Amino acid sequence: MFEIARAQLLDASGLGQSEIELAMGRLAGQGIDLGDLYFQRRVREGWMLEDGSVRQGNWDVDQGVGVRAIAGAGTGFAYADSISLPALLDAADSARAITRSGKTGQVRVQQSALARQRYGEQDPTGQGQPSDRVELLRTIDAYVRSLDQRVSQVSVNLSASHEAIVVASTDGVLTGDVRPLVRLDIRVLMEEGDRREQGFSGGGGRFALEDLMDPETWQTFASQAVRQGAINLTAEAAPAGHMTVVLGPGWPGVLLHEAIGHGLEGDFNRKGISAFSDRIGERVATEECTIVDDGTLEQRRGSLNIDDEGTPSGCTTLIENGRLVGYMQDKLNARLMGVQPTGNGRRESFAHLPMPRMTNTYMLPGKHDPGEIIASVEDGIYAVNFNGGQVDITSGKFVFAASEAYRIRNGKLGGAIKGATLIGNGPDVLTRVGMVGNDLELDSGVGVCGKEGQSVPVGVGQPTLRIDGLTVGGTA
Amino acid sequence: MGQVQASGITAIIDNPDRETELLIGIAQRILDRARQGGADQAEVGISSSLAREVGVRLGEIEVLEEARDRGVRVTVYRNHCSGSASTGDLRPDVIDECVDRALAIARHTQPDKACGLANPEWMAREFPDLDLWHPADLGIQDLIDRALIMEQAGRDADERIGNSEGASVSTEAGIGVYANSHGFIGSSRGTRHSQSCVLIARDDSGMQRDYDWDSSRRFEALARPEETGTGAARRVLRRLGARRVPTGPVPVLFAPEVARGLIGHMVGAVSGGNLYRRSSYLLDSVGDVVLPEWATLIEQPRLPGGPASACYDGDGVATRESALVADGKLLRYVLSNYSARRLGLTTTANAGGVRNLTLAGPSRSPEQLMAEMDTGLLITEVMGQGVNLVTGDYSRGAAGLWVENGEIAWPAEEITIAGHLRDMLGNLRGAGSDIDQRRSIRVGSLLVDRMVVAGQ
Repeated sequence: MFEIARAQLLDASGLGQSEIELAMGRLAGQGIDLGDLYFQRRVREGWMLEDGSVRQGNWDVDQGVGVRAIAGAGTGFAYADSISLPALLDAADSARAITRSGKTGQVRVQQSALARQRYGEQDPTGQGQPSDRVELLRTIDAYVRSLDQRVSQVSVNLSASHEAIVVASTDGVLTGDVRPLVRLDIRVLMEEGDRREQGFSGGGGRFALEDLMDPETWQTFASQAVRQGAINLTAEAAPAGHMTVVLGPGWPGVLLHEAIGHGLEGDFNRKGISAFSDRIGERVATEECTIVDDGTLEQRRGSLNIDDEGTPSGCTTLIENGRLVGYMQDKLNARLMGVQPTGNGRRESFAHLPMPRMTNTYMLPGKHDPGEIIASVEDGIYAVNFNGGQVDITSGKFVFAASEAYRIRNGKLGGAIKGATLIGNGPDVLTRVGMVGNDLELDSGVGVCGKEGQSVPVGVGQPTLRIDGLTVGGTA
Repeated sequence: MGQVQASGITAIIDNPDRETELLIGIAQRILDRARQGGADQAEVGISSSLAREVGVRLGEIEVLEEARDRGVRVTVYRNHCSGSASTGDLRPDVIDECVDRALAIARHTQPDKACGLANPEWMAREFPDLDLWHPADLGIQDLIDRALIMEQAGRDADERIGNSEGASVSTEAGIGVYANSHGFIGSSRGTRHSQSCVLIARDDSGMQRDYDWDSSRRFEALARPEETGTGAARRVLRRLGARRVPTGPVPVLFAPEVARGLIGHMVGAVSGGNLYRRSSYLLDSVGDVVLPEWATLIEQPRLPGGPASACYDGDGVATRESALVADGKLLRYVLSNYSARRLGLTTTANAGGVRNLTLAGPSRSPEQLMAEMDTGLLITEVMGQGVNLVTGDYSRGAAGLWVENGEIAWPAEEITIAGHLRDMLGNLRGAGSDIDQRRSIRVGSLLVDRMVVAGQ
């Protein structure tokens, strides 16, 4: 992968080992703890079907180099939107303004040991013919409409991206990665009488576009979207108040991402502004709960071979049998906290600074059958799909909005209820986990996490969970 | 076409005319190549901006950033098929590849009668100075000093503020060019100076975080840094000791920072994209009552110094002042040329959204609104994505202050507020005079008659 990335980013711009070391020398002067160069090129391709025809197609390319110099807890940062030696040196000089010292140093870099490969290097934007993509979208449209005559609008988005990165840093790292990412989204609008409701499904990951074009894959998404829309057509007002909530497996793991994940990112904890700050070793969940952040899963949307600082991806245990055991770190925060980086240093692009971010965050399976969990609830709701969430890491309050949910009464699933926001408190929500299912699932590959204005692809997952007390924001 | 050179980092500020000429040259090169490649029509948007930002935390510099962003997007039309490509790399070979890619895509997309440029007669012809360009002669040290003063003022405000997420100051200048194959070439330039401060307060009840900010076209017009720092302190301190409220229906007063979101949802529901997709609870609503009779919404796209001011929209169509809602009735939709054609209507020059939409009509002070509410919830923050524009159902996380007998009683958090947008906006009981001028949707506090709050 490194060879491919280097050829695309460095060789193509006439940059060799000596040019990299020259730029790094400017970052390695007195007072600088760490400096790095991040070369990136990303090509994206997208096709959109709406109202029965493929009306839009896009092709986007971005490349550049971001240069960072860290002194203590301070960072100087600059970037150039084209890759050339003069632009690189200019950016390096801007970045090192973080120290007043003008002295430069010397850096030797050599290629780092190869990380294990979690995905292929093939470029999904170059695979197959555009006419095949257009045909696929039309086939999906016809299939979706054939499933239910109440479908009035179908939109389908197919996207593929291919990213090459090279990281060189003053701690001696020289490495690279090539990351494919594909995604298919199906959205339907269904109408019956005066009611209109939507349904959504989709997925993807770091694999070839052909895998998404496999009928078995997209037909599953299509059926899920239509099923969700149809269910919402019958939904009644959701209840309001504090009650027992059972969360389905897979994508509802967005709960863990918001309630736990962000609060365990190293930067917030180093600064002491997370509701989880200084709580390592404490019990924050019931004993059945073990939660990891795992960037090493094969071909997953949130997976990485190396993070954006060149650290090999890892599997970090965050909560083990209910106890808080670890934070997710990038290099800056790991150094300041005196721990090792965990492979969670990520950035949206060369034009953004890296920070601790999640990869694929999920809870390990427990021992209960999901049917048994629902049967144990006298009065509550069962939520199986969500739009996404948000958290205030300092107060710990988090929300996530259900897009498909049902009433539970006397241990039996009842009718569908309208989408409602659920709100809770991160540090104590998992202390109210009453049962953990044996049905761990990961999401289908649609997660986008936003933090300080930067978006990165992530994954989530969990088994069925019963939470004994969460506030449900309905109207009934 | 001559060489297209990457210009120096401060070129935007030092010589905006030259930078504009450079971008126009690139736009013309793109349009020429598109025509030669067989496009019937083409359009291109190019932007170039320079930003400096500093962040300090606990009295130390945390980040110094110099951001030079450029981007070009080209869209070509051929036999009613479109293709689009973009890049942030303005070197000639990359730009040429973009045009070729867009042309290649247009060979595969399907015919769409709605696509293509807006009528040439609608293009903007006059370009009055909208008073948007006020570059500031500021060094990094000026920005650092201002951020330090801001954070210190906030931290000195109260001993319970023991921590900070930092203060930042940024200054940005940007130039934009839009050109199309009608021969239309428009250029715009604008500056934006911003500051913000995020503080953490703690007491026996726990830890809270809140912030304050300001933003302006003119650096001199920014609030004093001490004001923003102490504003953040005031906001975070009033959150300490927050608790849940009992579940039930109550009146809800939205503070200006969240009230604009309510109007924004309504604007979304009457925007062309959602209408032609039938994804709106306000289909076929022109002429319908959407706000109380006392309320009028006026769009002023050429407001001097306005946060979203522009002479032309994203299609090159001339902007003009126009009411969206008068006496509570919806007068028109919010349409781009494309969405208008999809609906069989005419563009309202809203490609890119509404520009400086102001709520006019009778207003009262926020204190008067609180007195009228008597007992209810003042919302200062909403969380999450629980707004469904297809159905109008609204359910979001919230934080704010519980009000009793017209006075703030105690802070509230970990609650949700739910209702239906049609009822929430249709039954507004009053609007505040505390209009927030910093955003494109300019409203003060809004008093919503009744929502279901879920807490304990």
